[in-house]
Amino acid sequence: MARRKGKKDSQAIEARREALRRRDMRVKEQERQARRIRPLVTPEGAALNLRVATASERAGAFLLDFSILVITVIAFSWLVAIVFSEMGFRGWQIAGSIAAVVVFLLRVFYFTFFEIGRKAATPGKRALGLRVAARNGGRLTANAVLARNFMRELEVFLPLTLLVMGSEDAVGAWTRLLALVWAATFVLFPLFNSEKLRVGDLIAGTIVIHAPRVKLKKDITSAEPLATAGNHTFTHEELDAYGIHELHVLEDVLRQSTPEIKAKVADRIRNKIGREASPTSDDLAFLEAYYAALRARLEQRMLFGDRKADKFDTR
Amino acid sequence: MNDRVMKSYRFREEREADWQALDRIVTRAEKRGVKRLSDEDMLALPRLYRQAVSSLSMARSISLDQNLLAYLETLCARAYFFVYGTRASMGARIAQYFRRDWPVAVSGAILPTLLAALCLFGGGLLAFVLTMQDPEWFWTFNSGWDSRNPDAGYDYLRSTLYTEETNIADMLGAFAAQLFSHNSTIAVTAFALGFCLGIPTTILLIYNGLSIGSFMAVFFSKGLGAELTGWLFIHGVTELFAIVLAGAAGFMIGGAVAFPGKKTRIQSLRDTGNQAALVIMGAVIMLFLAALLEGFGRQLINSDMTRYTIAIGTLIFWLAYFYWPRRTDEAV
Repeated sequence: MARRKGKKDSQAIEARREALRRRDMRVKEQERQARRIRPLVTPEGAALNLRVATASERAGAFLLDFSILVITVIAFSWLVAIVFSEMGFRGWQIAGSIAAVVVFLLRVFYFTFFEIGRKAATPGKRALGLRVAARNGGRLTANAVLARNFMRELEVFLPLTLLVMGSEDAVGAWTRLLALVWAATFVLFPLFNSEKLRVGDLIAGTIVIHAPRVKLKKDITSAEPLATAGNHTFTHEELDAYGIHELHVLEDVLRQSTPEIKAKVADRIRNKIGREASPTSDDLAFLEAYYAALRARLEQRMLFGDRKADKFDTR
Repeated sequence: MNDRVMKSYRFREEREADWQALDRIVTRAEKRGVKRLSDEDMLALPRLYRQAVSSLSMARSISLDQNLLAYLETLCARAYFFVYGTRASMGARIAQYFRRDWPVAVSGAILPTLLAALCLFGGGLLAFVLTMQDPEWFWTFNSGWDSRNPDAGYDYLRSTLYTEETNIADMLGAFAAQLFSHNSTIAVTAFALGFCLGIPTTILLIYNGLSIGSFMAVFFSKGLGAELTGWLFIHGVTELFAIVLAGAAGFMIGGAVAFPGKKTRIQSLRDTGNQAALVIMGAVIMLFLAALLEGFGRQLINSDMTRYTIAIGTLIFWLAYFYWPRRTDEAV
């Protein structure tokens, strides 16, 4: 009997240790995310928290834009070739020339055109919720957009040219390798500074931020109280079992999970606060009631200057 | 516990309609432009914007609804960029660029321009003199693939300067080829590499000058100097001017990094970068014009006289456009 109890204890200790470890990881991740935030104080004196786009988001946006460029060029020259050969001209030669002109115009003006526009973002950037902004919070000028995009020549097209360029002998190959390494410092530049600036951003005084559109959803507490919700009232002890982090997790669960997950979460909460699941009870109603009560409790405590970060935060 | 009493809920209930209104206005403005906004919208915008910003600061301290906070953050950021964004239309901006910004930027960068010109033409002169004295120098400055080298005969060289029969495909081909020619790459690279203290820009300009100088020396030594000059400068005035300006933009940036003065390097780089961007944008436009002149003008015009006239005409035009004193009292 004693041994079994000991085993149970050690299991509990193990579980708690695991929970604490996960909490540490979460806190670290939060700190990492917080470092991405650049506060911008508006002339009204309010601080907006702008998030710097990550290197991978920017690479993704660029790949999208680049694919759009390539597809446009191919489609365009194909079209011109067809039209011209229908009319009896030497289609391919002229199509080649026209395609070259189109490549030139796209290469110079594609990024600039979209970034000067109202959304300050190319289609690729828009798809990933990015936009260009001035680093000092002021206006994004057309000059800045021009400057940041002409540097692309150095960061993208020069390395690409080096890649496709052939070399006849060993010396040529070595030169090319060195040139590639040198070009790579520009390509990889955004990885080595905290604001993920490329050389173009540095020169233009711009920054790329992540500001996706968010839809305002219904407040969970605004749902008409279900018939059974009245049964759920919670004591302060029951509500103090959790903190703000758990509240946010619960919000996510209520907004987007499946009924099975909701049932599981409801079970865990009941376990934690020591309630029995009555056979008639509705999990969703229970969760919504608990969410509303927990939020009210935590918001009230917050108004008194007491933020309970998570369930481990006991003061 | 009655959830209707919750402060954050009432807070939201009272303001939600205004947020949605702001959202609608900003969305419409982003999609169709400021001009499509009605007068009521324009009047309501500043009030709604300020209210949303104050809601955000308040929501941060009283609400724990993640979705609400994220929504307000992005709404305020979008509205902020819109309210404090630029207002000029694309057309007005382009007009201002040609009327004022471009020439002012170029004439303001007179020292870097002279430096770039010195590098390019100094290199050209050096190679020209050396190759005139000893044709073997040509091979030092150029690789062997060009058939227009010291070993070529008079007749062949002369034939490359004039075009007997022209058709549209050839002209278009020449035009397109010109856009991607060595020279336009040099121009853009000279700008882009400027921030390495301008050193790569110097090397590129001198190197380009060397190859032009040695190339000219080949024709001059065969007695084709005057013909070549017409052939080269009908578009070369514009093209070389563009290269010089691109180099100047590179030097501006290099100078900003090397000698930031009282500013921080980043700040100095940013201020100069915006000016240099105007210059390089202009250089790209000039390269485009040069390509048109080369692709079409040079193929169609085979008279030396006309070629010279165009060359001198373009030179006078560019100099007057950039450096003619003009009033600067216009507001931004």
